[in-house]
Amino acid sequence: MVTHPAPMDIQLRGIHHGYPIGGTFTPVIEDVSLDIAPGEFVALLGPSGCGKSTLLRLVAGLEPPHAGQVLAGGVPVSGPGPDRIVMFQDPTLYPWRTVRANVALSRDIAGRRDDAAVDAAIAMVGLKGFERAWPHQLSGGMAQRAALARALVNEPRLLILDEPLGKLDSLTRLTMQTELLRLWQKRGFTVIMVTHDVEEALLLATRVVTFSTRPARVISDVSIDLPYHRHRDDPRLLALRREILVRLGHSEDW
Amino acid sequence: MSGVGTTQAIAPVGTPQTRARSRPPLRALLPWAAGPAWFVAALVTWRWPDADDFPDTTTLAGLFAGIGVALLSAAALRRLSARAPWMIALGLGFAAWELVQAKLLLLPRPFFGTPQDLLDVFLTDWKRLGDSLLHSLGLLVVGYTAGSILGIATGVGLGRSQRFRYWALPIVRLIGPLPPVSLLPLAMVLIPSNWLASEALMALGSGFPVTILTWSGVAAVDPAYYDVARTMGARDRFLVLRVALPAAMPQIFVGLFMGLGMSFVMLVIAEMLGVKSGLGFYMQWAQGWAAYPNMYAALLVMSLMCTGLITILFKVRDRILGWQKDGLKW
Repeated sequence: MVTHPAPMDIQLRGIHHGYPIGGTFTPVIEDVSLDIAPGEFVALLGPSGCGKSTLLRLVAGLEPPHAGQVLAGGVPVSGPGPDRIVMFQDPTLYPWRTVRANVALSRDIAGRRDDAAVDAAIAMVGLKGFERAWPHQLSGGMAQRAALARALVNEPRLLILDEPLGKLDSLTRLTMQTELLRLWQKRGFTVIMVTHDVEEALLLATRVVTFSTRPARVISDVSIDLPYHRHRDDPRLLALRREILVRLGHSEDW
Repeated sequence: MSGVGTTQAIAPVGTPQTRARSRPPLRALLPWAAGPAWFVAALVTWRWPDADDFPDTTTLAGLFAGIGVALLSAAALRRLSARAPWMIALGLGFAAWELVQAKLLLLPRPFFGTPQDLLDVFLTDWKRLGDSLLHSLGLLVVGYTAGSILGIATGVGLGRSQRFRYWALPIVRLIGPLPPVSLLPLAMVLIPSNWLASEALMALGSGFPVTILTWSGVAAVDPAYYDVARTMGARDRFLVLRVALPAAMPQIFVGLFMGLGMSFVMLVIAEMLGVKSGLGFYMQWAQGWAAYPNMYAALLVMSLMCTGLITILFKVRDRILGWQKDGLKW
């Protein structure tokens, strides 16, 4: 039995962040504090452009927060690190690398070749036989699978997902949701996922955090203690969905 | 192929079959016509008396006949389908040239030579021509390589570093657009060796387009590519060498191509004005002696050299940019 590295816990303490837009400072995140336990699957929901993706960038260490602190495994985040891997909405595969070389990216960066781990990651996402394909030859779903394999080959302790399924067609999306869930259950890493899809959040996550319009503030934080495998027409799930949509200000639209 | 399909759809029922049946034999015969076209050229050269005392007429006829035999064997080995029309046109073209100039002398001499004259230059002066070619190649390769490396390094610096851009951009903008030729008189005085001066100017000329296109390629790299590598712990060295450079490679090759053209220009100018060797110098010398056939021969060699170098560049490009969906085929 392969042992996977222990999942990571994340603490956000009084995060404030913003950008200068057109000469004036625009606040994007206002006083967000969250405690994420190791192994949790947290979905971040919120209106479009509210600052959820910015929050992910702070957790990944791609930018330092304006004020407040991000702790990963109890240690302040000072930059990106290979145990916190981000998966973006676009697969962002390097077009000049084959699928295999793309999956092996983190190994190249670390300077440690590990063909077995790369092969295993490719097999895990069902891309066996496509190792030598160029990214432009893949469908959207396959490209996103390759990106998933690239993220997982490094055995991350935290997987940060920025709307990873947002651009997929609805059927591919269903398959990928199941896939993500299976990998999370098997590997046990912590997941923070931004999504626009309330149903997706409720199907996958152990906890759904809802944000206000910009600047982002936490408006609700709900634990979803429904057993897996969850069904879309489960009445408890539908009730939660209604509740969250109302909180997001869509009491009429659903 | 699609043309045949269209005809079938429109034409009455009987015709397409006959056309389809009569067409393949004609196309299949085409390779067999290439050899005879060169035999015609050989025959005209050999049997028709020359209008003047030209050298190597028999050798040329033999050469034409030899090419005819080679083409016939190629046709027999089925190696000559796509090139057959060109080979026929070339054979007939040589026959016509031979007829117009060597046999009837219709164009003014010595500006227009005969095929014999050209062959004679290659037979008698091949050593000096080859030597000139090597000198030109040497001059070109050193200057162009130096310019390309300098250009790629400067372009990456401009694209990646704010401080480098602050100091380097004004210099690039001041010197880059200046035609390097205009610096030639000054360079010949300031730099003691003509060779070094020419190399420096050639590097300058080829370096400028490479710099600008590398810069534009690096500046256009999707920032998400950097984010992906950075979240996996990549440092600057990896981001430049393994992310920025490969991503900018399509643009860099456009710059390398333009720079190569620029260095051809600088090569000829340098050899005509200062450097005492190479194909440009040979041409200058040939003109001084009114040796026009020598000039044509040198032009032919130079053209083959330039197209050969561009072919090599495109081969390298096809290898490195094999990941691109499509690309221009040279």
